[in-house]
Amino acid sequence: MICERCKQRPATVHYTEIINNQKKQMNICEVCAKDEQIASFNLMPQQNLHDFLAGIFGPGSEVDQLQCPQCGLTGHKFSAHGLLGCSNCYQEFEDRIEPMIRRIQGTGVHTGKVPARSLGRYRVIREVEQLKKSLRESVAREEFEKAAELRDRIRETEQKLAGEEYENDHQANGE
Amino acid sequence: MTIKQTVNNPYSPWMDDDAPEADIVISSRVRLARDIAGYPFPHLLSGQSAEDVMDIVGRAVEDEDLVRRLGKLKVVRLSQLPSLDRQILVDKHLISPDLLKAGGEEAKGVVISEDERLSIMINEEDHLRIQCILSGLRLQDVYLLADAVDDALEKRVNYAFSDRYGFLTACLTNIGTGLRASVMLHLPALVASGGIRDVLTAVSKLGLTVRGLYGEGTEAAGNLFQLSNQITLGQSEEDIVSNLVSITRQVINRERTARRYIYQQKPEALQDKVSRAYGTMRHAYLLSAGEAMQLLSDVRLGVDTGLVKGLSHRTLSELMVVSRPAYLVKLGGRLSAQECDILRARLFREKMAEINQTNA
Repeated sequence: MICERCKQRPATVHYTEIINNQKKQMNICEVCAKDEQIASFNLMPQQNLHDFLAGIFGPGSEVDQLQCPQCGLTGHKFSAHGLLGCSNCYQEFEDRIEPMIRRIQGTGVHTGKVPARSLGRYRVIREVEQLKKSLRESVAREEFEKAAELRDRIRETEQKLAGEEYENDHQANGE
Repeated sequence: MTIKQTVNNPYSPWMDDDAPEADIVISSRVRLARDIAGYPFPHLLSGQSAEDVMDIVGRAVEDEDLVRRLGKLKVVRLSQLPSLDRQILVDKHLISPDLLKAGGEEAKGVVISEDERLSIMINEEDHLRIQCILSGLRLQDVYLLADAVDDALEKRVNYAFSDRYGFLTACLTNIGTGLRASVMLHLPALVASGGIRDVLTAVSKLGLTVRGLYGEGTEAAGNLFQLSNQITLGQSEEDIVSNLVSITRQVINRERTARRYIYQQKPEALQDKVSRAYGTMRHAYLLSAGEAMQLLSDVRLGVDTGLVKGLSHRTLSELMVVSRPAYLVKLGGRLSAQECDILRARLFREKMAEINQTNA
């Protein structure tokens, strides 16, 4: 039998691959087999993505004992599957997830689209960040009167935000 | 058009000719991952909660703006579709193979617009996966479409969103924008010249992922490659899209250069390859799936270099779907592997004969 790929050398490697129920059989030579391997490696960097992520998370740590009170996902299960259970898990497992996010996504903070119903809140959060920056600057310049004023405004805005958060959580879907 | 018509017809508008850079870029696609606040992600979703998610999406797709833009939209449960039909939707790139993974069929659903530009998968890895697809290199357009759909749905769906991590998804690889933009490229000359390896290495260093035709973990059959963004957090949607567009343009230039080289240096070899493929499509009586993909690639190259006349991209893309096992079995009933090869060859011969008649 001649290699199906190069159609020159004798076929010495025979392999079967089943992907999404599609069977693929190949009879190829050793040189091409090596090539195929390299090629398929190149094409499938995410093949076992969840297992891979689970590997980063690492088993056996004390975090495995953590459990999300909303969805019941345990650190152990997250280690096994690499998927979070609900949006609350992001807070529950934050310490462990944060370095993973940095590894997967880089050092990013979300700068993209904001849902309309979060938009107002998002602006307020940015405003608070801006106020805190001004506060630090005022303190550095020893403008204490201005700093006190800024501190009060920050406190006030943050309280308002906390109240809205409660409302948001109780806003029903589809109504 | 109902979902029944969608699965009976191998054609989809992303196959249309006359699209920008259609000699290399087959289609542009955008997918947004979205989850609903207050519900566990689909892999932990059960019973009533799963029904709630279906209902929420069902109500959200009735939005007036959405209907005006894309026609009436309806949720179809996966369990209502025969498994062959589900596979055909995958082969037409309207849903992902992951949606068909075993488990939770009752709670999974799909919404497909009449023109097939929009599909929404329900309870795949995330509650919603909004997908839009157009022919050629039209990433900006396809993003704007998906964005508009997202805006419309958001009126009635309270998305899980954090100020720091953006849209929250089941997998950390999708958080932030939830955006996966991709292009499907036909790169026969880069494959033939061996230049493909350098190109793929370069694009993966630029933060893009390269995959085969049917997404994660599939081989690059028919010289087709999918490029998509890897990072979803920390960049705006516009940046992700324009980054992918500019890298795609680089790849297009490389492929064009390689095609020109082959055309100028080895015109007979190219003509021979294309003509043999054309002849085989017209006259073969046995065609394996792999051979069919290779023939379609060779003939497509012939069309795009002007060596083959009278054949459209649409026909070639349709034949890609036709030559998949699911479509063959739908047409011919239970078939052995060899019977599949016989039917595939027959359908190719018939299509080619039809085209020759129209052109005569």
